[in-house]
Formats: sequence, structure tokens, C-alpha cells
Amino acid sequence: MDNVRVIEVKRSIFESNDKDADKLRGELKESKTFLLNLMSSPGSGKTTTLKRTIETLKDKYRIGVMEADIDSDVDAKAIAELGVKSIQLHTGGMCHLDADMTRQGIKELDVSDVDFAILENVGNLVCPAEFDTGSTKNAMILSVPEGHDKPLKYPLMFSICDVVLINKMDVAPYFDFDLEKCKEYILMRNPKAKIIPICAKTGEGIGAWADWLSEQIDEAIR
Amino acid sequence: MHELGVVFRIIDDLTEVGKENELEKIHSVTLQLGEVSGVVPSLLEDAWKWAAARTELMKDSELIIETLPAVTYCEDCKSEYETVAHGKICPNCGSEHTYLLKGNEFMIKEIAAT
Repeated sequence: MDNVRVIEVKRSIFESNDKDADKLRGELKESKTFLLNLMSSPGSGKTTTLKRTIETLKDKYRIGVMEADIDSDVDAKAIAELGVKSIQLHTGGMCHLDADMTRQGIKELDVSDVDFAILENVGNLVCPAEFDTGSTKNAMILSVPEGHDKPLKYPLMFSICDVVLINKMDVAPYFDFDLEKCKEYILMRNPKAKIIPICAKTGEGIGAWADWLSEQIDEAIR
Repeated sequence: MHELGVVFRIIDDLTEVGKENELEKIHSVTLQLGEVSGVVPSLLEDAWKWAAARTELMKDSELIIETLPAVTYCEDCKSEYETVAHGKICPNCGSEHTYLLKGNEFMIKEIAAT
């Protein structure tokens, strides 16, 4: 033990993931694929919103979906029924996906014939926010029953999102959900966030969401 | 909440450091953890013990955690205060226009190795 040496590492734990993420973003740009990282808490309507989105845009873009889950393949099956390419990623108990896992998923999905790839992240408002997946844009869904105060409770998630969808607007009258307050809280954390109220069940706001997406996809795959 | 994933990340990083420096054994790893980094030290230690035991390089190594204090800055009264004690609201003037100066760090500081 006399020759023990102290080596200064000085490395941020998140730094190597950030590097991997930047690299993946570059590769996706090369292959002209737009990757959307979709995040939310469990039960906010991610899969239903995704199905609506796919139905609206599948004639316009070649779509591929990666469903991340701790276990099971129920979501990937539901998506495959819509006739788009989909794979299931199992995180094996992990609460989020990092850039390396996303890269493996992209490889398995094979994006050579995909313009619009979607990563449905693990349902969780904490961990996915801390790990850059390498996506082109980040989106999150907040549903009305969760309450308008969530941007205050999960500030990091709201601060890293390019767009926030407020889902289940059809049940807003039954909950004390204050849309204006919610928007104010989101913008307090992230002045650049685009906020779109939707209802995946009735189709409300899906047009505005599809327009926003098309704009982003066109820019990325041009 | 994601301590195990973080530990895998540290192990990958240190495996690389081990190769670069031709190390045989890492005896201790010193981390710097901000008070509001969201990582729970006790869970991190448990995850470390479990995962490090599965590598030759880091087996039985000691994990040393240095805590870095969290400090928030108030834009209205230009003061700094302890984040953990007061949160988002400035204790000096009651303003909400505050931001975190430091305290969310998560660094591998150094290792002792042969």
C-alpha cells in the first residue's frame, strides 16, 4: 500500500452522459432524423397522446417509436397496431433512460428510414429530467388531475422542456385546475416553453401540437 | 432516486481512468455532492457497495462523500442565503426571484489507487 497515489479526477458525473447525448444528437442530424423525448408522470396520457399524434402525422412522416418501460410490452404493442415501427426498451428497473441506452434503442429501431423518432421515456418527473437523452427536442405532458402546481414541485423537468402539453382538458371543470396559473408557473421556470392545452381523448389541441411538431421536424430533416 | 444508475456511470468513468493510468486497484473514491443534487448519500453508498464488488478494480474500495453547501441568490435584495434552510423564498426580503448559485454539483473529485 505504500505506492498508493491520489489521482485527481474532477469529473462531473453527468458530464459523460452530456457528451454521449451531444454525440447522438449530431448523428441523428446526419441521418436526418428528428428525435422527440416525451416525458410525464405515470397515467398522464402519454401513450394515448402518442397514438393521436401518430394518427395525425403518419401520412406525412415516416415514424418510429421507442417505448421505454421498466417491464412489459403493452405500450409497444398498442403502437405497433397503428402500423408504425416500434420497439420496447426495458430499463431493467432503472427510473430513466440515458444517452447510451437511447443510442442502443436508436440502433435497434434502425432510423435509416425514419424521419420522426419518438422516445416514450419512463413515467417519472424527476430522473428523466436529469439525463439528456440526445433528443432533438424535449416534450412533457402534464395532465389536469395532477394539478396546476406541478411546475413548482418539479422545476427541473419544466425547465428543460421545449414544449409542455396540458392534457385531459375535458375534465378541467371537475378539478380545481387553474390553466392561467399553471402557464404562469411554467413560464416562471422556463420563459421559452411552448404551452399547448390538449385533450388526447377528444382531439382538442392536437392540431396545434401537430403544427408545432411539423415545424420542428421539417427544420431537422431538411 | 437514480442512485444505482449514477453508480454505474461512476464505475464506467473510473474504469476508463483506471485504463488511462494503468491502475490495478482503486482503494478509495472521493465524491463531491451538492446538498440539493437530489442524490441520497446512504442509498448511493449501498448501491456503490453492491456494484463495485462486481469489478476487480473497485472491489472493497471506500466511498468518501464530501457535501457541498447549497447557496441561493436573491435578485431583488442581492443577498445570498442557505438554500436548505429557506428554499425558494428569500429570508431577507421575501422575494421569489431567486436562483441557485451552487449546491447541485455531483463530481468525482479524486481516487486513491495503486
